[in-house]
Amino acid sequence: MEQLRMALTVLNRSTMKGRSMLDYVKLLILGLVTLCAAIAANYARDVPYMVHMVLVMITAGGLFLYQLRRTGEPVMPVPTHEYMDGPVKAAAIATVFWGITGFLVGVVIAFQLAYPQLNFDWSQGYLNFGRLRPLHTSAVIFAFGGNALLAASFYIVQRTSAARLWGGNLTWFVFWGYQFFIVLAATGYVMGATQGLEYAEPEWYVDLWLTVVWVAFLAVFVGTLLNRKEPHIYVANWFLLAFIVTVAMLHVVNNMSVPVSIFGSRSVQVMSGVQSAMTQWWYGHNAVGFFLTAGFLGMMYYFIPKQAERPVYSYKLSIIHFWALIFLYIWAGPHHLHYTALPDWASTLGMVFSIILWMPSWGGMINGLMTLSGAWDKLRTDPVLRMMVTSVAFYGMSTFEGPMMSIRAVNSLSHYTDWTIGHVHSGALGWNGMITFGMLYYLFPKLWNRQRLYSLRLVSWHYWLATIGIVLYASSMWVTGIMEGLMWREVDAQGFLVNSFADTVEAKFPMYVVRGLGGVMFLSGALIMAYNLWMTVTRGPAKAEAPAMAPAE
Amino acid sequence: MEDTYTIMRVFAGSWGMMFMLAAFVGVIAFIFRPGSRKVHQETAQIPFLYDDRPAGDDQHSEARP
Repeated sequence: MEQLRMALTVLNRSTMKGRSMLDYVKLLILGLVTLCAAIAANYARDVPYMVHMVLVMITAGGLFLYQLRRTGEPVMPVPTHEYMDGPVKAAAIATVFWGITGFLVGVVIAFQLAYPQLNFDWSQGYLNFGRLRPLHTSAVIFAFGGNALLAASFYIVQRTSAARLWGGNLTWFVFWGYQFFIVLAATGYVMGATQGLEYAEPEWYVDLWLTVVWVAFLAVFVGTLLNRKEPHIYVANWFLLAFIVTVAMLHVVNNMSVPVSIFGSRSVQVMSGVQSAMTQWWYGHNAVGFFLTAGFLGMMYYFIPKQAERPVYSYKLSIIHFWALIFLYIWAGPHHLHYTALPDWASTLGMVFSIILWMPSWGGMINGLMTLSGAWDKLRTDPVLRMMVTSVAFYGMSTFEGPMMSIRAVNSLSHYTDWTIGHVHSGALGWNGMITFGMLYYLFPKLWNRQRLYSLRLVSWHYWLATIGIVLYASSMWVTGIMEGLMWREVDAQGFLVNSFADTVEAKFPMYVVRGLGGVMFLSGALIMAYNLWMTVTRGPAKAEAPAMAPAE
Repeated sequence: MEDTYTIMRVFAGSWGMMFMLAAFVGVIAFIFRPGSRKVHQETAQIPFLYDDRPAGDDQHSEARP
């Protein structure tokens, strides 16, 4: 007995020791980061860099104090027999928050285009269109979409591997590290720190930070997969893993730059000219292909079967969908560079692969839709499922429109016009937005242990507001895009251009107002969702505690 | 001696492309291998198996239907 107690004490002490070692290392790192950030802020060569270093200093300093107060506290044992849902909840909440922020900025810039007076004199250089536009794109893609993908990855990989997330608090590091990246990126844009690369605007030190966070994300995901209790890896995880790995590769290659000074935010790209342009659109199109498509397809392949309570229509087709997407998407980038200094063979290659890509995309769409075969009646009663199905329909529409626009002849009309903007939004609002809303409506009652959503009526309101909003947006952009494309190329009998650029701007005004109103509808739908989810968590009836049982046979 | 660009370009357009195509065809052929139907039907059920808690160390074969 005595011996056993001694052994336990020794064991305890040694685990405490290992633990406190790690605590000291953390304290050391946090202290050093605080100090270095303070020095960097002092030597800062420009305002955004100084503000960012002060932010780093405050954050690291705060974490230092937090860590200091916890050092030496007894360690809680890690529960291995439950899933780690804390980070999923946090990412789901962050998705709602950043979504509404991003949609709001989108509505603001839509009206700034219609009414230039909204670029107020007092806000010039901070809140004018040029500064807010990257804020909008990054907020919706990386903040809203990124957090949705974090929530989905953490949730799906646990449920389909039958294992708790690997790495303990590393997942919390990924979540908070990613939020910090968003804050640095967003504040940087407003103050003018940008590389000027579409979807890759954050400057060099923000890029480095994201790389660290992303590697941790990969480690958590792969660690959980390796720990899995289920022998097979479900197809959703393939898509999510492809998304994580490819985004890491894209991010590192496209952001190769040399800082002008270690104490400044400016940097110079390693590549120049057409190489830089090609790398940028290889990155840009695969951000669409792997961030906004592969990752969200992972969501589709998990949440649609769950909501419809039926397995995916064809598992074989889902694997073909996966491999075809992986093999094809990576080549499609050059279609952004028709009629440029890029060699013709390269832009033809991009065009051909874009057109071939139509097939797996529609294969995937059919697979998602047909998952409902035999359960179509659910669409009448379940607005959440309706939302998911609509998102898949928009996936199909925008993956048809995209290949068509990549054809060189079509592109000569559509490029640089609002048609492109409309195409992006039918994909982003319709496909990414709607599948994310569907996921959130599924996740909130589940994660907070509620019987059901607060109100299905409000989900229906959200659904119709969002759908009509997207239709207004896309159709007004088709009209104005094709119109301005035709106006730009119109020549008279002598071969002179008929319209000046300002003529097209004037002609587009009504469509710009319609687009703004579509955005207002989409935003109000999202606000209704936020209210509904809030009420679900605070007022919803708790689920009766089910007795512990084995998974359904 | 040709320049590096041309060498890379010719290799990518011949052996590189054939390798990618062969790998893709191989993957598709593997999906339709004999016996895959049962595996795929089982795998498609995974989302419905472990909703509430992770599988214990002892039960990874029993949990399957």
